Amino acid sequence: MNKRASGMLRAGYLNSLIIVLGLGMLYPILWLIAASFKETNAIFGDPGLIPKAFTLKNYVKGWSGIGIVGFSAFFRNSFFICALCVVANAVFCSLTAYAFARLRFAGRNIWFAILLITMMLPGHVTLIPRYIIFRSFHWIDTFLPLIVPKLFAVDAFFIFLLVQFIRSLPKELDESALIDGCGKFGIYWRIIIPLTVPALITTVLFTFLWTWDDFFNQLLYLNSPQRYTVPMGLRLFLDSSGVSSWGPMFAMSVLSLVPSFILFFSLQKYFVQGISTTGIKG
Amino acid sequence: MKRKTRKAIRENLSSYAFLIPWLLGFFVLTLYPMAYSLYLSFTQYNILQPPKWTGLRNFFVMFAGDAQYPKDDRFLNSLLVTLRFVFISVPLKLVFALGVAVLMNRKLRLIPFYRAIYYIPTLLGGSVAIAVLWRRLFAGDGVLNTILRGLFKLDPPAWISNPKYALYTLMLLAVWQFGSPMIIFLAGLKQIPQEYYDASSVDGAGRTRQFFSITLPCLSPIIFFNLVMQMISAFQSFTQAFIISGGNGSPLDSTMFYSLYLYIKGFGFGEMGYASAMAWVLLIIIGALTALTFRASGSLVSYGSGE
Repeated sequence: MNKRASGMLRAGYLNSLIIVLGLGMLYPILWLIAASFKETNAIFGDPGLIPKAFTLKNYVKGWSGIGIVGFSAFFRNSFFICALCVVANAVFCSLTAYAFARLRFAGRNIWFAILLITMMLPGHVTLIPRYIIFRSFHWIDTFLPLIVPKLFAVDAFFIFLLVQFIRSLPKELDESALIDGCGKFGIYWRIIIPLTVPALITTVLFTFLWTWDDFFNQLLYLNSPQRYTVPMGLRLFLDSSGVSSWGPMFAMSVLSLVPSFILFFSLQKYFVQGISTTGIKG
Repeated sequence: MKRKTRKAIRENLSSYAFLIPWLLGFFVLTLYPMAYSLYLSFTQYNILQPPKWTGLRNFFVMFAGDAQYPKDDRFLNSLLVTLRFVFISVPLKLVFALGVAVLMNRKLRLIPFYRAIYYIPTLLGGSVAIAVLWRRLFAGDGVLNTILRGLFKLDPPAWISNPKYALYTLMLLAVWQFGSPMIIFLAGLKQIPQEYYDASSVDGAGRTRQFFSITLPCLSPIIFFNLVMQMISAFQSFTQAFIISGGNGSPLDSTMFYSLYLYIKGFGFGEMGYASAMAWVLLIIIGALTALTFRASGSLVSYGSGE
């Protein structure tokens, strides 16, 4: 009895330690949320987490944006780009992964080694020529440079993730489908895809998050505010407004984090799986 | 015999059909651009006029320089800033990740919840929104300083705009996002057989001893994996430095990350040959450091005897 009580006490200590540490880590984010509901003059240097006077003014002002472009346009653009990237990645990465995991062809090991190498390659070495290529297509200031590469399965991380997953599926299913007269595509579409759903969800999740947060490519390829995405909109806000607009800026920052937040909490277990199989970067 | 080869060829072709998108992407969007940027790195190129061959001059300007082509001090500075960032933030990040993972590696009911809480900074930390927030938190009249002044009666500096401290705020932001290695460590800790710990307790080993003699050796392949992955991605950090410094590595180039300088050179000054040369130098540095880590890990990492 005594031993059990001391065990419970220890678990209690541990729990409170983890919670206190965790709250400390979350403090900046909690402060951001609180600040977005504060009056502008109360934001500066107020470390408190509960607004003294609760206001929604920041959200209204922020949503109307800067100049002619409202924040709704930035959100629409971001969602549009993300949706297309998600679909493209799910289709083309899984197609490629199926070939590597299941099909036999000459040179498979060499190609797979190349795939793994491209995973480690810093994007900088392809950056400028890609820009030149897209510029020669007159694609600058369109969404195309952000979306079209995904049609060619350029995100090797997801191919790797899906290959690992497909390899773990029992091969007997393919073989019996083959006997039933399924072709290669039939096996991919009817057998592999339905069974790969968990890994596909991981792919979709991370594609969405990375595209949503991707700042570098959007900075590179988008020039006019009508085509700006949420991160670019925030940056425009930051550059073009003075001290007076920290409130609206924070309000829009909070909104920009909401989609990632919802996805994370509704699909948590797929995150853990994705991170532990590929060591996906933070 | 002939029919057999024909069948094999058909088999191969129908398999390769599935690879067409990826193969096209590899050749058009990876291999060709790599070759082209390698070529550009030996030229002077501003996208408007055709590239002009200048041999090794771009590299010469980076590392040596002379009277005619003076040395680009900002380049070496950006490299040093980045190296400092990588060598301080990555080890700290891994220490935190491992510490929290060990703390959480118990049979507590709320583990999935805790794991989620500790992952949130990683989930959101890469965004422009958090970078904007960071700028506010560590400003001269920001939240941190209000707390330091009010509670501890200190006279703290303006962290973000002081060249001595600005880089540390970026390191803190990076370390704060230790969620991914933490989750990988947690998964690794679960793989260590409980018998190891039971047996060592019988022999009288305490918790500290167990950590150094069992946990660390068993985790060493995972530590190594995390180290390499985090190093590669830290070298390429861009967004946070861009937003926090206002896009120019200020104050006084103290947050001028390598990627940021590359972007400014290539797309701000239109020196795309030079920027390509920088990209290749980065590739070589990352490759060399990765190889070195592999080398060093040979003696330190134990992959188990497989028995």
